[in-house]
Amino acid sequence: MEWLTKFPEMDRSGLREFKKTVDNAFTSFSRNYGEGIENFFDPLLSFLVAFEKLFLNTPWPITIFAILLICWLASRSIIIIAGTFLSFLLIGYFGMWEDTMSTLAIILVATLLCICIGIPIGIAMARSNKVQALILPILDVMQTIPSFVYLIPVVMLLGIGKVPGLIAVCIYAIPPIVRLTNLGIRLVDKDVLEAAESFGANYWQKLFGIQIPLALPTIFAGVNQTIMMALAMVVIASMIGVQGLGLPVLRAISNQYLALGLMNGLAIVVLAIIFDRVTQRIGKRMQRYKSD
Amino acid sequence: MNNFIKIKNLYKIFGNNTTEALNLVKTGLSKEKLLEKTNCVLGLNNINLNIPKGKIHVIMGLSGSGKSTLIRHLNRLIEPTFGEITIDGVNVLELNNKDLLEYRQKNMSMVFQKFALFPHKTILENISYGLMVQNISEQIYKEKSQFWLKRVGLEGYDNYYPNQLSGGMQQRVGLARALATDAEILLMDEAFSALDPLIRAEMQDVLIDLQLELKKTIVFITHDLDEALKIGERISILRDGFVVQDDNPQNIILNPSDDYVSDFIKDINRSRVIKAKSIMTKSVSISKENVPIIDSEMVLEEVLQEITKTKNYFVLVKDKKDKIIGRITLNELLTGIQRPRKEIKKYA
Repeated sequence: MEWLTKFPEMDRSGLREFKKTVDNAFTSFSRNYGEGIENFFDPLLSFLVAFEKLFLNTPWPITIFAILLICWLASRSIIIIAGTFLSFLLIGYFGMWEDTMSTLAIILVATLLCICIGIPIGIAMARSNKVQALILPILDVMQTIPSFVYLIPVVMLLGIGKVPGLIAVCIYAIPPIVRLTNLGIRLVDKDVLEAAESFGANYWQKLFGIQIPLALPTIFAGVNQTIMMALAMVVIASMIGVQGLGLPVLRAISNQYLALGLMNGLAIVVLAIIFDRVTQRIGKRMQRYKSD
Repeated sequence: MNNFIKIKNLYKIFGNNTTEALNLVKTGLSKEKLLEKTNCVLGLNNINLNIPKGKIHVIMGLSGSGKSTLIRHLNRLIEPTFGEITIDGVNVLELNNKDLLEYRQKNMSMVFQKFALFPHKTILENISYGLMVQNISEQIYKEKSQFWLKRVGLEGYDNYYPNQLSGGMQQRVGLARALATDAEILLMDEAFSALDPLIRAEMQDVLIDLQLELKKTIVFITHDLDEALKIGERISILRDGFVVQDDNPQNIILNPSDDYVSDFIKDINRSRVIKAKSIMTKSVSISKENVPIIDSEMVLEEVLQEITKTKNYFVLVKDKKDKIIGRITLNELLTGIQRPRKEIKKYA
């Protein structure tokens, strides 16, 4: 009766061989193609570096002013502006200005990347049920797989640094924008779409004139979620060499520095709240036509 | 131009394996049996219709009778399973994708039951939509849209959004949007059904007024017989995707083709719908002393008022050229108002 109590598993040497084969295959793959892939991502790296430099080298009053201006244009809310101003003053006063700027840079680049890749994928999914059936399980994997697991192949391929960090952040943060773009376009009123069709609108006229504008509030909820998830990734990304607020948090964990951890953690929270409120306001302003 | 829109042997079956289902339907299988046997839904069953140019043709039926499906075949928002549709000599079903888009842009426009305005566009942008998709210059389409905005009585609402307007106003926008493209054919899918009775009557008058001037070919769908009688110059009654009667309004009321149609018309106020010309006895040689002379287009209710003025209890009927063409006795009048009790063939 042993087969009932003990699972009939693969024998040990076989299992070891299996793991070894997979590892070796990937090692040789990364040895052969790693450099090419790294070069492929070079433009991304220089973009990220330039962005970071811009944030770090601009005098802080100008940076704060620019941030406040963007917040105002996007949200038109005095409360949000005042909160943002106070938060950045405190962050600077407690010596976290540079780390915050680095984090801001990587979050913005990651979000831009997610938007550029995610929205077209979402549109493709909304257009065809087959594409949706193909992409949905991939998104499920991306959202549930522990991030450390995909950090391993990314680091093996690209080493430690900003680009692998950025890729890790994007893998984690892209699913919401893809899902919500798909959902938003699918939720567009069939009657309205039929009306456009009856007037002889072609595919692109329907997409850019009707579907995307009406899906925009939903798409923007996706952008909001993507930013939130990117912020949640900064600590883990700092493990593979991304500068920013994650790094001191990591140091605080390993050395049990309570105050350091708390301060930087709270700075991440503050950034998250500002991003969230501002993007939500943009989403709401996009639905102005719904109010009386 | 009596056969401007010609529909011939049109079938529509929803579901998988429609070829097999089509053959079954052609052998005379009913809608219920077809659903049971093949899991296909019969939408349209051998429709043959000729719709004349410049008239309002009403297609009437209860929900599920296939009237919305039928109208969507004219601009191919729904593709038929079998059949032929010719409009002004053009075989619509053979148009390729590009020609179809152009055909929809230039030749027909549609008004919808739930208005289907674009909520994110202003009223003026909504009206311009049909012209905008044709890549017409902004100056021209704005001018045209302004004209139609005024024409439907919404001057000054250019920059409002649809949800800021009441239902009746929204449907005026829907109408203006459809008229702005100058398409010859106007498809109206239960266009006034979602409006309350007063606004509905008002919109019907707007449409009748516009039609006097525009002379478009209007295919109007409704489930409301009063509406059909008010605006329709010809009425086709659909049941389970089949045309049970295609006739002028007077004939539909006086000679319903089966129980289904007579069920439809049983609650109608006959004295306000039937016209003198439909019940009069044709005759020319009658003395006309002290007898009221009425117009042949007069409805029976008005005839009754006239007839009670005379001792002889009959009136003479004249046509548009003031020529006497017949007479109506009180007896004939009352028979006309009464609901007929004659035997009618049972419907399947």
